[in-house]
Amino acid sequence: MSIDTETAAKVAKLARIRVEPDALPALAAEFNTILGFIEQLGEVDVEGVEPMTGVTAQRLKRREDVVTDGDQQDRVLANAPDAREGFFAVPKVVE
Amino acid sequence: MMDDLNRLTIAAARDGLRDKSFTSAELTEACLGAIDGADALRAFVHKTPEIARAQAAQADAQIAQGAAADLCGVPIGIKDLFCTEGVASQAASRILDGFVPQYESSVTAQLRGQGAVMLGKLNMDEFAMGSSNETSVYGAAVNPWRRAGSDTPLTPGGSSGGSAAAVAADLCLAATGTDTGGSIRQPAAFTGITGLKPTYGRCSRWGIIAFASSLDQAGPMTRDVRDAAIMLGAMAGHDPRDSTSVDIPVPDFEAALTGDVRGKRIGIPNEYRIEGMPDEIAKLWEEGTSMLREAGAEIVEISLPHTKYALPAYYVIAPAEASSNLARYDGVRFGHRAALDAGDGITEMYEKTRAEGFGAEVQRRVMVGTYVLSAGFYDAYYNRARKVRALIKKDFDDVFAAGVDAILTPATPSAAFGLGEMSDADPVRMYLNDVFTVTVNLAGLPAISVPAGRDAEGLPLGLQLIGRPFEEGPLLNAAYSLERSAGFVAKPSKWW
Repeated sequence: MSIDTETAAKVAKLARIRVEPDALPALAAEFNTILGFIEQLGEVDVEGVEPMTGVTAQRLKRREDVVTDGDQQDRVLANAPDAREGFFAVPKVVE
Repeated sequence: MMDDLNRLTIAAARDGLRDKSFTSAELTEACLGAIDGADALRAFVHKTPEIARAQAAQADAQIAQGAAADLCGVPIGIKDLFCTEGVASQAASRILDGFVPQYESSVTAQLRGQGAVMLGKLNMDEFAMGSSNETSVYGAAVNPWRRAGSDTPLTPGGSSGGSAAAVAADLCLAATGTDTGGSIRQPAAFTGITGLKPTYGRCSRWGIIAFASSLDQAGPMTRDVRDAAIMLGAMAGHDPRDSTSVDIPVPDFEAALTGDVRGKRIGIPNEYRIEGMPDEIAKLWEEGTSMLREAGAEIVEISLPHTKYALPAYYVIAPAEASSNLARYDGVRFGHRAALDAGDGITEMYEKTRAEGFGAEVQRRVMVGTYVLSAGFYDAYYNRARKVRALIKKDFDDVFAAGVDAILTPATPSAAFGLGEMSDADPVRMYLNDVFTVTVNLAGLPAISVPAGRDAEGLPLGLQLIGRPFEEGPLLNAAYSLERSAGFVAKPSKWW
């Protein structure tokens, strides 16, 4: 299937990446090249094959459901572009 | 002798430090001097000489007391993808500009704990997405090798191109790399060094900036196979903070290096004879096969029928995982935030920040990943790719079950190419660099790239050996045999 500029704009929106309208045709063309390459997967007989989630057969380790870390507010906020009064500050979220 | 300390292997440095032929302080100064004289290679992007000198002094004290670990006092470089406490860790991306981790990755903490000396952070492709280092926000690292009679700057490969350039140019004794589709092995092959991608789960991923979590694995990039064995031992081990790290003992990998491969079965996969393979690569592969045969290994033709589908499966799975992992770069918690216009809300902040912060290749992969995971395409693309991945792994399971001990292939489809030479090519052509390496990540296997020859223009070429899961010892031993037979000792002549 072929991706048009409208679909490219929708994908950019979903990915939260601003793409200027005049860049959309080139983006759509790149998507089509990559998806054209991926289309080969359609040739493979995958009847009855389980989709793989991880390569190791082991069951993931579990641990006690207890707090093991925390109380590091200053360090958590140390790299924030805008931190105020112990919080991450962001632009207005709700009108 | 004292002038050339930066050219030592880890093994030689370890021995020299222990018998007091030189100190870690001297060794470290030799490397710091070499680094300062090599800015043209753009390998080290955040230098940490103060840390290095302090760690060297500590290491010398430790060695004086005896009982020092193998890497104690050995100066190494760290790929910019590893979070290092108090030292910029940017994944070569603008979006992490100014990010200084408050914590240390498990692998680098282990190396530090054993007394390794950190010289600084190494260049790479942005978020490890690339095969030429050209997607780096710092500008591409440059290969210390040049074609005979030419001064065209060549790529050191990617994504761990800074690590490869630094080891090849003797700026450090070894370096960490990470490998999601070939990012340790391809740059190692392009620069005439050894690069090992361990089995998935062998080294902790905690504190390594994530690209594709089911494929990423850290590993050593070194001058030779023995050093890879030593450094893997220092990097490996279970970590409770990474639930995919495997809780099994770490063997003495160096002790596995006997060089004896008699009776070992080495598989030659038919499907890796790709159309258009350059004669030099085919010849090198033939020669490597002969070397192992002459060393007493049994060579067997094998089939890995789904090989052709590894790259397309990878270019669904890796972008899908990347789109999820890179969602965290939103201008809120760390790194770059775009300047906003009056009236901009949070969505505009996200979109502008990510448009400014991510380079073109990262944006492309995040969007492809978003697309293949979106409603209506999830089954057709993502689930299908995961099923194909299961078949690719089964191909390997089958040949190992049939008694094959290791598989020999070329590491790359060509020698290092010129920086900028691929800039007009479509993205898929760049992806073909990973054609021999990417199957290994999909199957979670260990594999090593060993320098084995040079092309007509004098550039290094590598061969790849693929091993059974968690059998890095026997894999390294086969690589050791190949290394001894190939006798690759060439070094780039210094122009920088």
